[in-house]
Amino acid sequence: MKVNRNRTFYYLKEGISSIFAHSLMSFASICIIVAFLVIMGTFILLAVNINSLIGDLESENIVLAYVHENLSENDARALEPVILAIPNVTSAVFISREEALQSFIGRYDDTDRYDDVDATWFRHRFAVYVSDVAQIAETQNSLRYIREIATVNANLAIANGLVTFRTVVSWVSVIMVAVLLAISLFIMQNTIKLATFERREEISIMKMVGATNSFIRWPFIVEGFILGLIGALIAYGATWSLYGLASRSVIEFAGFFQLMPLSSNVSVPIFLLYTGIGFGVGVGGSGIALNRYLKV
Amino acid sequence: MIRMNEVFKEYANGTKALKGVTFELNAGEFAFLVGPSGSGKSTIIKLLVGEIAPSDGEVVVNGQDMDNIKMRKMPYLRRTIGCIFQDFRLIEYKSVYENVAFAMRVIGASNKDIRQRVPYVLELVGLEYKAKARPDELSGGEQQRVAVARALVNNPKLIIADEPTGNLDPARSLEILLLLKKINELGTTVLVVTHEKPLVDQFSQRVIAIDGGRIVSDALDRYYNYESQ
Repeated sequence: MKVNRNRTFYYLKEGISSIFAHSLMSFASICIIVAFLVIMGTFILLAVNINSLIGDLESENIVLAYVHENLSENDARALEPVILAIPNVTSAVFISREEALQSFIGRYDDTDRYDDVDATWFRHRFAVYVSDVAQIAETQNSLRYIREIATVNANLAIANGLVTFRTVVSWVSVIMVAVLLAISLFIMQNTIKLATFERREEISIMKMVGATNSFIRWPFIVEGFILGLIGALIAYGATWSLYGLASRSVIEFAGFFQLMPLSSNVSVPIFLLYTGIGFGVGVGGSGIALNRYLKV
Repeated sequence: MIRMNEVFKEYANGTKALKGVTFELNAGEFAFLVGPSGSGKSTIIKLLVGEIAPSDGEVVVNGQDMDNIKMRKMPYLRRTIGCIFQDFRLIEYKSVYENVAFAMRVIGASNKDIRQRVPYVLELVGLEYKAKARPDELSGGEQQRVAVARALVNNPKLIIADEPTGNLDPARSLEILLLLKKINELGTTVLVVTHEKPLVDQFSQRVIAIDGGRIVSDALDRYYNYESQ
């Protein structure tokens, strides 16, 4: 046990002192990890915000279900639970004939022209909100099956457009993140290779005096772990600083739209992603790069 | 201690470095391995420390047949061999003390053992007063003495010195060889690879001469003059 404690302490000490002994390469590694994570994080946040924006637009895309003329207001209101029981329906807001009339007149400036219009010309209706706009046609059909519903209006063209847009954004996001990941891993791998190449002599000395591969590898792993963690933390701080700046700028220049707030729903997964990638690149990268020098 | 029996080595590029080398070095012996550049000296060293495998023949080091050794066992064999090289091979950013202690850490020695053994070995090579210095603060001779201390610290059965005086002036070269002789007298087997005739002539020891991948002479107190053949 004593020897193991000695070793653990030695690995930690060596890993940390090696960061300072090769300060230039350590700095370069951290910079690359930070740059990669910030670029990737920015893209992910952009995609998340676009998705959120599409979600908002989708939630505005309501289905109007018109009730038969012969139903009284009370009978019409009684349909609400039936509508809510349909899959994909999140809520159903009842709009009476009078409310429909007022809404209709409200669209025009010259309200006097509609003095003679009677509310009975309009039908009671429900504004039906859906959770998945891609299933709006199915929801429309389900509403039509309700006997008391006379007609159903849904703007399928807009709904399909939004679905297509979301699909395109999702694919572009995935491809961009994959491309960025590939490019960054390539750069990272070469940085680590360079760092390990610089220390090939040191590794060969270790081999010469009888060090096992794990004895050689552990200080490098500790070093990679620490560099990865530092890189991830700096990148996380930088991302949120940039995001805060971007949020303020967006409000200033485009007041109608604002970026998603920095809630834990977004920040925690991003933090976990950053630290995961930081560790993965730092520990995995140095481990892989070492392999070629350990085969002696 | 070392047994090479009809050892052949042909590299991937077709170079035949060794053409049936046979010699033995017994426990407690001191021998020089001499020969011109390209004669096969370095190949012998690489075979002895397990860096390469022979194409044919038998290589046994400290009782271990190098042809049958598993890769994971190699570090443990290397711990029984102390290696010294022409270019010293010290870790630049570690102090003299740490460079020597490092070889003990590799074998899992406790801090207490390291604190006891390293100063003793540094004293043996006359560098106890330079323990905190870094290699770039030392002369060539001092750096080589650190390398000797590192090779010695784990009390190996065998020390292989590959051109240990190649980067040193004659006085420092003699100093290093006297040190190696002293180590040998303490019981460690020593094989010194060199091509410096005047230095070898100062010692009345066994000289194994190699040329063109073959042993051309193996005799006590005689430097084989391959240039006159």
